[in-house]
Amino acid sequence: MLRKRTNRDVEIPTSSMADISFLLLLFFLVTTTIDVDTGIGLTLPPPVDDAEEVKIKSENILKVLVNAAGDVLIDDEITSVPQINQIVKNKLKANDKLIISVKVDRDTPYRVYIATLDQVKQAYADLRDEAAVARFGVPMKQLTREQLQQIRDQVPQRISLAEPERTR
Amino acid sequence: MPKFKKKQASTKQSIPTASLPDIIFMLLIFFMVSTVLREFDVKVSYTLPSATQIEKIDNKRLVSYIWVGRDGRVQIDDNLVLIPEIQSIAARKRQQIPNVIMSLRIDEGSKMGIVTDIQQQLRKGDALRINYSALQKL
Repeated sequence: MLRKRTNRDVEIPTSSMADISFLLLLFFLVTTTIDVDTGIGLTLPPPVDDAEEVKIKSENILKVLVNAAGDVLIDDEITSVPQINQIVKNKLKANDKLIISVKVDRDTPYRVYIATLDQVKQAYADLRDEAAVARFGVPMKQLTREQLQQIRDQVPQRISLAEPERTR
Repeated sequence: MPKFKKKQASTKQSIPTASLPDIIFMLLIFFMVSTVLREFDVKVSYTLPSATQIEKIDNKRLVSYIWVGRDGRVQIDDNLVLIPEIQSIAARKRQQIPNVIMSLRIDEGSKMGIVTDIQQQLRKGDALRINYSALQKL
């Protein structure tokens, strides 16, 4: 008697593998968010009770006051927000130990505050750019990591948020 | 009798698809690794301010968000909180992630009073690294 030989193909069909992985891929494509967080970084001072009071000479503090209407007072001179950059830069050039103290009213809009901080940061960025060109001959963007650190040490950012006052 | 036979190309006329799954898998793994699934349900509406001098936060896992909406409501993680509660929440976050960055996503029209109050709470809770979330000004 002859036994019938069935020639079975023992293989898992893999043609639909691509479809399955496409489905997974689409899922992750849809759920993923690549947007990066951007913003102005700052470090808050530690709480008042355990901070020692550091006496700073009054000529080394540049007071930037912003009122509710968005008017700016820098060392008793009235200016506006877009001019802060230039004034702060000139003052920083005259005195490199200067600390910028930003103080705002409780009713100042947040966008004015951010614009003020942005202007101060812009002044520091310009100074660092100049320092980088003077020292390495290239602007900040083309510096290596170590050079960048050197410039940061040379022109440190000294921004202080003034202690809120209890008025009410 | 026809003299010229149509020339038949001897090569197969199909693109080999055997390696297609591998390519897809590579893309898949890239997106699986880069994705962050933990997203929050933001319950307040806000418009971020814009600025020129902004930095990127490299490590998203260190970041913890505080939202302040147009109506002055404050949200942390998935719940709305009151200002005096922020201190304990900040302290807890600081314990979980010692170098936590508090990202403040505040509506551009908010009054600075609320921002100052939040900052005072954060200082008491010892979460001192903050980031004012802002968009790139064009």
